[in-house]
Amino acid sequence: MSLFDVFGIAGSSMSTQSIRLNLTASNLANADTVAGTPEEVYKARYPVFESTLKGVTVANVVESQDAPLMRYEPGHPLANEEGNVFSPNISVVNEMVNMISASRNYQGNVEVMDATKQMLMSALRLGQ
Amino acid sequence: MPASIESTLGIYTKALAIQERRTEILARNLANGSTPGYKAQDLDFKVALKNAQRGQGDSGIKLKSTSSGHLGTLPFVSSTKDGLFYREASQKSLDGNTVNTQIEQSAFSRNSIQYQATMTFLNGSIRGLMGAIKGE
Repeated sequence: MSLFDVFGIAGSSMSTQSIRLNLTASNLANADTVAGTPEEVYKARYPVFESTLKGVTVANVVESQDAPLMRYEPGHPLANEEGNVFSPNISVVNEMVNMISASRNYQGNVEVMDATKQMLMSALRLGQ
Repeated sequence: MPASIESTLGIYTKALAIQERRTEILARNLANGSTPGYKAQDLDFKVALKNAQRGQGDSGIKLKSTSSGHLGTLPFVSSTKDGLFYREASQKSLDGNTVNTQIEQSAFSRNSIQYQATMTFLNGSIRGLMGAIKGE
């Protein structure tokens, strides 16, 4: 019965959106993490979605290629010889937009599931 | 007896199968709202119902599936024969995605209401038959 497949489709989308939300949370949490070298600095992570036969999946998680921000802070315990520290180039606005998009998408899928459930329930009540 | 159960319930069961199929297609569009390159699809209810009435499969849009992962149809075929088509993009997006969440959501709500309506008609037919059987 194809209506049962809808749960799988909406569920797959909910799980990908929650992965997206997780990555956004991790990016926001690490926005102020500093490191002594540009290589060690946290890189923002973003999911790459891919359409499948049964909905959607996260095909890959890519790291941001943005160059880290350099800040002169000689007193910092992690500062290098020149007195610089590096922080990830994360746009908080960008992350917030991603967060809102992910949560709206998630809500939409919950509504799809709810409507499908009602449709199935009406099928079960047939002849009563 | 001209009014067989098949002829009484036939159109409704066919319509329900198509509406279920459409629920699935619209749910997949909504699920892929942020998938780059995904093209939103829909089916033409009229064409699908006509095909179903001509006896092309029970819903008129079934294809042979060789794996349990298949949905019984090729989702990415642009064809009007089985009533499936790609939706025209209302606004072009950079990543090639053509899902308009508002359109999909309203189509989804509309489709579920139509499903409920068909279900009500079907229920009415069943009640009518039950009444005839019981002689009420």
